[in-house]
Amino acid sequence: MKPATNPNSVVKMKKERNWKRWTIHLFPIPALLIYGLFIVYPLFAALTYSFFDWKGIVRGEFVGLKNFKDLFTLEPFSGLFWGAFGHNILYFVLQMIFQNGLAFILAYIIYKKVKGSEFLKIAYFLPRLLSVIVVGFLWKLILNPNYGALNVILEKLGLEQLQKAWLGDPDTALISIILVNCWYGIGFGVLIFLAGLQSIPKELFEAGKLDGADGLSMIRKIVLPLMVPSFMIMTVLTFIQSFEAFELVYAMQGSQGEPYHSTDTLAIYFYRLAFGGSAGGSTTAVGLGSALAVVLFLFISFFTALYLRYMQKKQVDM
Amino acid sequence: MNHTIWTRPFYYVFAFLIATISIYPILLMILSSFKTSAEIFTSPLSLPKTFNLDTYRNLLEMIPFTTYFMNSVFVSVISVLLILITSSLAAFYIARFTFVWNNIIFFFFLMGMMLPIKLGIVPLFILMKDLNLLNSLWSLIFMYVATGIPLSILILTGFFRTMPRELEEAARIDGAGNLRILWNVVLPLMRPALGTVMIIQFIQSWNDFFFPLIFITDDLKKTIPVGMLSLFGEYSADWGALFAGLTLASLPMIVLFFIASKQFMEGLTQGAIK
Repeated sequence: MKPATNPNSVVKMKKERNWKRWTIHLFPIPALLIYGLFIVYPLFAALTYSFFDWKGIVRGEFVGLKNFKDLFTLEPFSGLFWGAFGHNILYFVLQMIFQNGLAFILAYIIYKKVKGSEFLKIAYFLPRLLSVIVVGFLWKLILNPNYGALNVILEKLGLEQLQKAWLGDPDTALISIILVNCWYGIGFGVLIFLAGLQSIPKELFEAGKLDGADGLSMIRKIVLPLMVPSFMIMTVLTFIQSFEAFELVYAMQGSQGEPYHSTDTLAIYFYRLAFGGSAGGSTTAVGLGSALAVVLFLFISFFTALYLRYMQKKQVDM
Repeated sequence: MNHTIWTRPFYYVFAFLIATISIYPILLMILSSFKTSAEIFTSPLSLPKTFNLDTYRNLLEMIPFTTYFMNSVFVSVISVLLILITSSLAAFYIARFTFVWNNIIFFFFLMGMMLPIKLGIVPLFILMKDLNLLNSLWSLIFMYVATGIPLSILILTGFFRTMPRELEEAARIDGAGNLRILWNVVLPLMRPALGTVMIIQFIQSWNDFFFPLIFITDDLKKTIPVGMLSLFGEYSADWGALFAGLTLASLPMIVLFFIASKQFMEGLTQGAIK
């Protein structure tokens, strides 16, 4: 820096510095604006929408909690609501078992350094790269009752009695979709659990070995307790994801939750209320849809809050 | 010890069985894309008799795939760029300055990671309509930037905080402004974190199907995922072309993945563990 001889130039420099210091407050503005306008505002607006009567997408009069009351008590809305809610619960439970349960076992196998563990990681992860719509359409073709690969494979294996119209039968349609979702998500779970396992200090295992612990008791006494953070992350993410389930169901069964609403999820039902049969369709119920959105939002937020609290705690620990 | 010797082969079989289930459908998709529909219907599991590209030629005649592709590229690239710019500016501010409201701003952004924005789709639809952005690729870009900002800020802020301040202070004494410090001194050191953000956000915006489903009806403004929707809607009987469409839609991501599989896997999990 040049020494400032002239007092005028010192003042000028100070001014310039103040200006520079002040501009720093502009830095977060673009992010705040975009995030505020397209994320925060719409969610708040949805909350207010739920208190009004709607004709199409034109707002009518204030009706208080009527939309909520209708949603929970007026047929056919309430029946569809509770039906879809049950499907979301099933979605969550099956994903916990078949996606996260399997993912943990597979992560443990990889962690034990079997040969080809790099290949296994990549293989499990591969489906995660596809667009959900591609996943849905691909499996729709595979599950096709007449020409689909799954029924053909079952026939080749001599298991004809297991052949089914997987997506046409109300008993198997939803379960099929959930299992496809597990196929899509398992690699992510494996990586999360693997990262958790790799963060366990090696000395603990050696100490366990010295104490004469066998494989199973090592898992129970050392691995499981230290994996609580990973389990928690996966549980909360799976929870949020299964209560937002929309894209895959839409791709495989459309917005009507076919057959006979057996694949309705809350988000599919919400979409139908908000947009009718298709985007911009005729019979919409924006008020009811917004009420449903608010209920779902509060439900998800409650569990989100748990997750955030956990993350904050973790940051303090670090 | 005996225990492990007996169970190890079982582990192997199990792990590779699941790996087969993970890969096989994708392989089936690619192989079927070279078959005619008749061939798929008569022998769905066999290898294609000839690797001809007729299905792809048909596909390109049926739907404007190149247009979808260019739209997807435009939307993803611009979104990622805008996310990188806005998020590094905000993260720099949050991590490097200690104003009283910094933690509040950080938490405000963090909250967005868990907000189910799809539930605000009706107000969003009306907002886009008022902004005259329906049927515009910019509606998608704004959505991907807005949904991408929270996670990106989380990752970048974490990274900023681990970096020593000495270099910045040296530059400041030399009279560099904040923007120059960020651009010339800090960002070049941040390449790994920026790369992570880039990969996560590129996958998100490339694969998303929800927002174009709502905002885009003009066929020439569609991105690849919604393009698939019209393909399956109109040509559901031509399985050869359907498989070709699915393969073309997935190919860019799969190729990128094999170029940088490690970064992909680390990138996508980072958001959850960080």
